[in-house]
Amino acid sequence: MKKIFINLSALLLIVSITKAQETIYPAPANKGKFYIKNGTVHIGNGQIIENATIEVNNGKIVSVSTNINPANGAEVFDATGKQVYPGLILPSSDLGLKEIANGVRGSNDHTEIGNYNPSIRSITAYNTDSRVIRTLLANGILLANITPEGGIISGSSSVVQLDAWNWEDAAYKMENGIHLRLPSFIARFGRRGGFTLPANLPPDIAARFGLGGGADAAKQAMDKLEEIKSFFRQAKAYLAEATHKETNLKFEAVKGLFNKTQKLFVHGDQVKQMLAAIDIAKEFGFNVVMVGASESYQIADLLKANNIAVILNQEHALPATEDDDIDQPFKTPATLQKAGVLFALNDAFDEARYRNLSFNAGTAATYGLTKEEALQAITLNSAKILGIDATTGSIEAGKDANIIISDGDILDMRTSNVSTAFIQGRKVSLDNKQKELYEKYKYKYGIK
Amino acid sequence: MRKIKLLLSGLLAVVLLHAQETFPVNGVADKRSGSYAFINATIVKDAQTTLHNATLIIKEGKIVAVGTGIPAPKDAVIIDCKDKYIYPSFIDIYSDYGITAPQRQQGGGFNFNQPSQITSNTKGAYNWNQAIKPETDAYKQFTIDDSKAKPLRDAGFGTVLTHVKDGIARGTGTVVTLANTNDNFVIVKEKASAHYSLNKGTSTQSYPSSVMGSIALLRQTYLDAQWYKNKPATEGTNISLEAFNETQSLPQIFEGNDKWTDLRGFRIGKEFGVQYIIKAGGNEYQRINELAATKATFILPLNYPQAMDVEDPNDARAVSLADMKNWELAPTNAAAFEKANIPFCLTTADLRDTKTFMTNLRKAIDMGLSETKAFEALTKTPATLLNVYDKVGSLDAGKWANFIITSAPIFKEGTTIYSNWVQGEKYAVNESAWNDIKGIYNLTITTPTGTSNYTVDVKSSSSASVINKDTLNTRISFDGKTVKLNFNNTAVQRNSGFGGGFGGMRGGAGNTGALNGKQFRLTGFVSGDSWNGYGEDTAGNKITWTASFIKPAAIAESSNKRTSPITKPLSKVTYPFDGYGNEELPKQEDILIKNATVWTNEKEGILHNTDVLVKNGRIAKIGKNLSSAGAKEIDGTGKHLTPGIIDEHSHIAVSSINEGGQSVTSEVRIADNLNPEDINIYRQLSGGVTSSHILHGSANTIGGQTQLIKLRWGADDEGLKFKNWDPFIKFALGENVKRTTSQNNNRFPDTRMGVEEVLNDAFARARDYENAMKLDPIHTRRDLELDALVEILNKKRFITCHSYVQSEITAAMRVAEKYGFKFNTFTHVLEGYKVADKLKTHGANTSTFSDWWYYKVEVTDAIAYNAAIMQKAGLNVCINSDDAEMARRLNQEAAKTIKYGGVTEEEALKMITLNPAKALHVADRVGSIKEGKDADLVLWSNHPLSIYAMSLYTIVDGTIYFSRDKDLEQRKKIAAEKERLIQKLIAEKRVVGPGGVRPAEPSWQIILSCGDHEEHNGLFTVDIQEGEKTTSGNK
Repeated sequence: MKKIFINLSALLLIVSITKAQETIYPAPANKGKFYIKNGTVHIGNGQIIENATIEVNNGKIVSVSTNINPANGAEVFDATGKQVYPGLILPSSDLGLKEIANGVRGSNDHTEIGNYNPSIRSITAYNTDSRVIRTLLANGILLANITPEGGIISGSSSVVQLDAWNWEDAAYKMENGIHLRLPSFIARFGRRGGFTLPANLPPDIAARFGLGGGADAAKQAMDKLEEIKSFFRQAKAYLAEATHKETNLKFEAVKGLFNKTQKLFVHGDQVKQMLAAIDIAKEFGFNVVMVGASESYQIADLLKANNIAVILNQEHALPATEDDDIDQPFKTPATLQKAGVLFALNDAFDEARYRNLSFNAGTAATYGLTKEEALQAITLNSAKILGIDATTGSIEAGKDANIIISDGDILDMRTSNVSTAFIQGRKVSLDNKQKELYEKYKYKYGIK
Repeated sequence: MRKIKLLLSGLLAVVLLHAQETFPVNGVADKRSGSYAFINATIVKDAQTTLHNATLIIKEGKIVAVGTGIPAPKDAVIIDCKDKYIYPSFIDIYSDYGITAPQRQQGGGFNFNQPSQITSNTKGAYNWNQAIKPETDAYKQFTIDDSKAKPLRDAGFGTVLTHVKDGIARGTGTVVTLANTNDNFVIVKEKASAHYSLNKGTSTQSYPSSVMGSIALLRQTYLDAQWYKNKPATEGTNISLEAFNETQSLPQIFEGNDKWTDLRGFRIGKEFGVQYIIKAGGNEYQRINELAATKATFILPLNYPQAMDVEDPNDARAVSLADMKNWELAPTNAAAFEKANIPFCLTTADLRDTKTFMTNLRKAIDMGLSETKAFEALTKTPATLLNVYDKVGSLDAGKWANFIITSAPIFKEGTTIYSNWVQGEKYAVNESAWNDIKGIYNLTITTPTGTSNYTVDVKSSSSASVINKDTLNTRISFDGKTVKLNFNNTAVQRNSGFGGGFGGMRGGAGNTGALNGKQFRLTGFVSGDSWNGYGEDTAGNKITWTASFIKPAAIAESSNKRTSPITKPLSKVTYPFDGYGNEELPKQEDILIKNATVWTNEKEGILHNTDVLVKNGRIAKIGKNLSSAGAKEIDGTGKHLTPGIIDEHSHIAVSSINEGGQSVTSEVRIADNLNPEDINIYRQLSGGVTSSHILHGSANTIGGQTQLIKLRWGADDEGLKFKNWDPFIKFALGENVKRTTSQNNNRFPDTRMGVEEVLNDAFARARDYENAMKLDPIHTRRDLELDALVEILNKKRFITCHSYVQSEITAAMRVAEKYGFKFNTFTHVLEGYKVADKLKTHGANTSTFSDWWYYKVEVTDAIAYNAAIMQKAGLNVCINSDDAEMARRLNQEAAKTIKYGGVTEEEALKMITLNPAKALHVADRVGSIKEGKDADLVLWSNHPLSIYAMSLYTIVDGTIYFSRDKDLEQRKKIAAEKERLIQKLIAEKRVVGPGGVRPAEPSWQIILSCGDHEEHNGLFTVDIQEGEKTTSGNK
């Protein structure tokens, strides 16, 4: 079976020489049973089962066990010597909304005009043919939460699966959350007149960050926070009324927050922003997730006590201040883990375009998490935070067969090599434009 | 005190003495001699000579005589200065007094989104660059500004050197007094100095837009001025260069304002045989040895950072330990200069308020500056430097009558300056204090109903108590002549609160204690020991009063001086001045690493259970069971030893990165603006990096000269340099140089077609220049820009070229081939895989990202397999960072080539070690573990290409610059030291009050980048991309 697989992939490679990304097809629905045999199965909840076999039927995981015998005639994927994981989840991303990061405005659909846009839906702009998507699939990322940006309330995100013809096809969970971006409590620079700019910045740079107006950033932020809360108070009042003479789409759009069918994703890194998020959670009873949260290690116990979940945007980041521990962002997950905070890891790195999600987790494993905890932070935890854990995030019976097979430890680039991936039991193509170009030029130079 | 002889008002006769000969008189002539004799004074003539009970005689604005036992001339007004001190007034050598600050028009600098201003906006036959204006003469612009003169006089100054603080070559300064008379009379020396800086000031011209650009421009100007002496026909008239030459004989003053910039200036001067006097910034104590080595004289400001409000832990978090330490240590700056035996002057420049000068100077004295040095730094040193010591700077016959009269030794706490005499005219400073009214007086009040007596204890001109049986609520004000006294016939309710803050007495409302009893409001004249006047009581009764002196006041309790709680011990200066700096630089040691897995990068491959001995900074021996007496032994069991990582493309450790003002800037040098304090040096050491190639950014086609450094954390800028390497230069192609993001680019080129032609043109010019130089070296203008290009033509300088798409890479190679050289390295080279064969034929090295793509159009076809394809096509391939964060994980980036394209592990490691060493022509010294090579080594906790590997030791030249254990200790030290300083700052806030501190200001980290892409560097980081300039890396 292993050989069959290799032959199959070789065939795919040959085919790919003659086609472009445009002819990589989304896989058809899984019908019937198949098995993934004898792999080291990382469940996603911390558990590992050696030599386990996974049975899948009509896209769902039927069972995971060391004593399953594949039914006759069913397809079997031999995972002997390989590592089997739940599909990875990118928990907050502009994937499919932003094509070319800089210089091509027309390729970007992530930031709408206006401060309060809760009714804006990211999913409607999600481009299933973005060239970025297939580079993520190749690294085991099967699901992503597509997040709008800009303003104060940016709109709603939706979770998509990455092998789809169009956005309706891609939608895995629609409008799972509303995204709020809190203002900064840190004055970028001093108030004008009162004191001077930092000595190490020339005025032209400083002007770029100037808040202007002579107001104190913290005070401005508090005012803004009041404005935000006022919005929710009015929305609550509006929603309490059965019928409306004047329809307010913005208020309608946050209904899910009040009935807890949606989460409030609060974007911010600063401690005071997180305290403000806790304050909002307390007043309105929302399910709150902090996104960014690079300073979360400072108040991990408070976050835990208030049931605030966290999405850490970027493990591979520099410490916030020059005096911080040099490995601070690397070890933040371990602090959250220890405090019992529900957290997920993200990859928001624009230059590699999010494909290093598993290595962000690998770094967390180097600096204090166990490997399984690190894995959980990009699978099951993410699913819980995004509200999709009933159907994905772990390799457990009843869930969607969102599964990847890697030649080795997926957290370590030295061994991470995803050979097979299934979304809802569909074996998806891991080909992409980069691989096509690779083949093209290997051909040119006669490289084996 | 009570013998009041001084009756003249300070304002009298000012105009009269100086009636200028050529000016007609409107009215009756009134010439006066201005003859005075100051007797019974303690006269400090100069730092060495103090005369007691001495006399100073002045006339017509000049000193006639100074000495003891000199009779006062008949025509002199006698002023008794018993118990008083006379000093020569101070000289401020760094002022812009009387000069209107130049205003900047819109624009300036280089910004990707703005059009460039290619040429100067200055009209006339001046220099090509707007920031070069040596033709500016301060004395021609100068006009008296008494509102600015007064605070200076009040601080004890009588003379200043003033200049136009604008531009890179700023023109001449002029020495003027602070007299308020006719402009014509106050100029002591018309052209006294010539001024320079690296700050282009109000110039709106695009070039220069970086520190290194400013340096290059100033260097080129020296060369141009030299060349212009022969009046080259090709130049025509250039007023600026003419002036530049004319002013060379004057004292040359360079504004550094920062320890590193001071050194940069010094080096420019040295290159052209000029010893600059250097205007310092206040952080020089952090690198005092380097500054002592310059042998320059410095001008020190006393603008200490104001304490920050760090009570809120959230605010405190944002302030770096270095900034807190600088708050504590800045007042030690002057003492550090004295201790290091560096000559210096003091200036009021940079002070937020001139009034704080003396307070700050006293702080400096508290911190160890000697009073003698302080005094010289304000008198003789500046006067001598400016060649005006024959006129000012001491009290000697024939000199200008510029002096101050004080109540006590000038630097003593609580000393009052009574008056400041400039050119023989008195300017009152604190006249009220001259007549010391301190003492116990008998006050007699006569009302219609009779008289009553009180005792008054006058503590100062603004503090007194009237005592009946009890101490009564009293306020007093005395202006030197008239006195106002207000008291309430009830006892004081509070322990303090009287004295100070007069002002409101007329209303009589006073404070709460005054509401009950009878209130007296008195006003009168003080005539020596007896006062008299009239007043009113609460009932409106008219009263008269007299007071007479009984006896001196009891010795006043120590004044409640508002000193800052600067107490010892103080922070230690560390190298560098960062939290992670060391008090002592790490030392080279003999090191024996035992039983490690050694990745040699040589034909031996990977050696297991192997020892490596390091001696004298080199790899001495590789083998089994080695031993060496005295060597520090490190157990390498289960660990991996690799050569140090070499980052081919880095932008750390500099103050500016891009000179985008022009398309060709080969004259600028990264080496001119290294910043050894960048914390990223330390962070990258922790990731196993030992050498970094610091590149100019990619703002223009021909960028600046690069610098290879070793990460010797704590070394100064010279100490960072990788010694004896082949010089390199950065070129760039594509979107950045054609300024894709600008909607209104006006700088050639705007397309890749133009980029090729920029290269073509530059080398055509370079070749012609080289020929011209050979034919006529005297008359050919030396051009720093073309010098660097000629070096390339002669294979003495090598190119690393930012590039992306195959068309531009091919075009660049063809230009090079046409001129007979080659591109040493293509960096980024993300479409290198498309032209690997052409690159191979050309002979270029390549240096790329592991997996970056799609952050702009030209990286649409960037693929993660690029490195693997190029390597398999036979190219020398490096993996670089171009990113301060990623550089800490270059081993992981190299490991990705295994994943993407199946590069072998050994080859993958070479991409960050031996291959960059080859590309940089230093493979004979670094890049592999081989006996005789530099001991630049990393001991990893795990397989070096694994994400689970951490550097345990990073060794450069046999010196352990990073050790994971020591790092953990250092964190504790940082926390403890920061806590100590936070407590001290909070204590300071209690002393000075909330108004005396400023809100906490985050210590922004500046991260410089190529400008290619966004950075993700955390909360307190400012990303500076292409073309935006920074000033020097101050702390």
